[in-house]
Amino acid sequence: MSKAWTFGENMNTDEIIPGRYNITIDPLELAKNVFCEVKPEYVKNAQPGDVIVGGQNFGCGSSREHAPIAIKGSLAKCVIAASFARIFFRNAVNIGLPILECPEAAVGISEGDDVEVNLSTGEIINRTNGRRYQANPLPDFVLKIADAGGIVNFLKMHDIQEVLA
Amino acid sequence: MGTLIEEIFSRRAGGTVQAGEIVLLDVDYIMSHDNTTPLAIKAFREIGKPILDKNKIVLHLDHAYPAPNILAAENHRKILDFVKEQQLPHLFQQGVCHQVMLEEGFVTPGSIIIGADSHSNTYGAMGAFGTGLGSTEIGVAWVTGKCWFKVPETIRVELSGHTQPGVYAKDVMIHIAGLLGMDGGTYRSVEFGGEYIDNLPMHERIIFPNMSTEIGAKCGLIAADDVTIAYLENETPAKGPFERIVPANPRYERVLEIDVSLLAPQVACHPDVDNVKPLMAVEGLEVHEVYIGTCTNARYEDLEIVANILKGRKVNPLTRVIVTPASARIYKKALKNGLIEILIDAGCIVTGAGCGACIGRHGGILAPGERALTTMNRNFVGRMGSPLSEIYLASPATAAATALTGRITDPRGCL
Repeated sequence: MSKAWTFGENMNTDEIIPGRYNITIDPLELAKNVFCEVKPEYVKNAQPGDVIVGGQNFGCGSSREHAPIAIKGSLAKCVIAASFARIFFRNAVNIGLPILECPEAAVGISEGDDVEVNLSTGEIINRTNGRRYQANPLPDFVLKIADAGGIVNFLKMHDIQEVLA
Repeated sequence: MGTLIEEIFSRRAGGTVQAGEIVLLDVDYIMSHDNTTPLAIKAFREIGKPILDKNKIVLHLDHAYPAPNILAAENHRKILDFVKEQQLPHLFQQGVCHQVMLEEGFVTPGSIIIGADSHSNTYGAMGAFGTGLGSTEIGVAWVTGKCWFKVPETIRVELSGHTQPGVYAKDVMIHIAGLLGMDGGTYRSVEFGGEYIDNLPMHERIIFPNMSTEIGAKCGLIAADDVTIAYLENETPAKGPFERIVPANPRYERVLEIDVSLLAPQVACHPDVDNVKPLMAVEGLEVHEVYIGTCTNARYEDLEIVANILKGRKVNPLTRVIVTPASARIYKKALKNGLIEILIDAGCIVTGAGCGACIGRHGGILAPGERALTTMNRNFVGRMGSPLSEIYLASPATAAATALTGRITDPRGCL
């Protein structure tokens, strides 16, 4: 099962990973301190494939890529939020952390719910209460980058112009 | 035809572009610092292609500089080795990246600059497009010289009137953050203009684009005018001619009109930038540290305001008062003109230029239970140290008045 870990509105990058831990770029090292102040039990109890659920403006604040890397390093399957802050959105796409924008799911999922997510269709099922949600589709060029596993992999195979082609 | 951001992007795209379109544009400069460059180097190595144009890359060591610990030192070493290996021409180690970018003339009207730092929005003060991105995109831009953008919708903030003595651009911007909220500008360009902005000197203008980041904006822009051109010609090595790009028949998503004439000093209170109150609502609240620094408010004129208030006085003996000039150039001018002596005589500790205490890694870390009043732009929980500490944001004048008493104090009583 994928367990949901819920976070509130305006979850900022300092709350995702405080600045003092950003001295490393190792995903597993960063993951040791992800959400350490707002939800210390996450690091102790989260299992690979669990799902992060946030409210409006998830990831606001700093441009630090350490924030999505720390989440990805914790082996979370994806982040579902009502909306994402713009730099976090770009960073998540660029490093290959799946993100789903879905205001209804953000409200309809509670801490500990068993959540099934289909990343290719954007369908979200809350198995605890049986509700289904459909995430907003990602723009085509974002899907291209996401499908390549991030912008670095995309560039290994393509010219940057092809992003918009 | 369009908003200021549409005009800037259209020139670069070579044809009219409008809000909602996705564009792939050449960038003029690609900025990163000691916190974000190591990840950009990692992305660059993984891509495995050469740098397109070394002249576009500008690197700064400012966030944890000089190194406060071995890991930071290793980061600096990694960056310096990379600069040597790639023979990169633009490396700076004498101040906050955004201030140095302005001083060194990298930012000119209509230019497009991406930075691996959220406050890259600052460059909008010159009528340039500046925006913050993550490190991987910086590594990508080193190789491609390009970046994709969605042309944003625009919120126009029309400011009229003149502030009263003791009220500054910082108070106005904090007030705006309170009105729009911390996600009020998300994905948007926020255009600042009107009579108030027209009459504002450059050091005060910079506050608005700089703090547009705190309301989620993609960029904050002020159209270039005589003030901009005079700054570029007199204070920077930038070479003209400079184009004055202005909005042309713009269609705004929203227009916010504010008369600043009656505004009192404002404070953004713990724990969010939009938890804004008039200073009088928190007057007298005990403060353990006053921090005057950062890319928001540590320019020469800010230090001058602080020195004028502290001259011949002593700061509260139980309050830690730290002044970190934004750049070495500012430090030098403040030293030459006697400001540093006034600050030291008043009981402040003056540190080397850089980001200092703003990111909670060195230079003024807060203990649990401590409260800071600072000239910073961001008051996230735990940003300056313990998650059990509190940060209040205000103008340099409010910071100076507060330093004297150790309690949040209205500067209008000691000007």
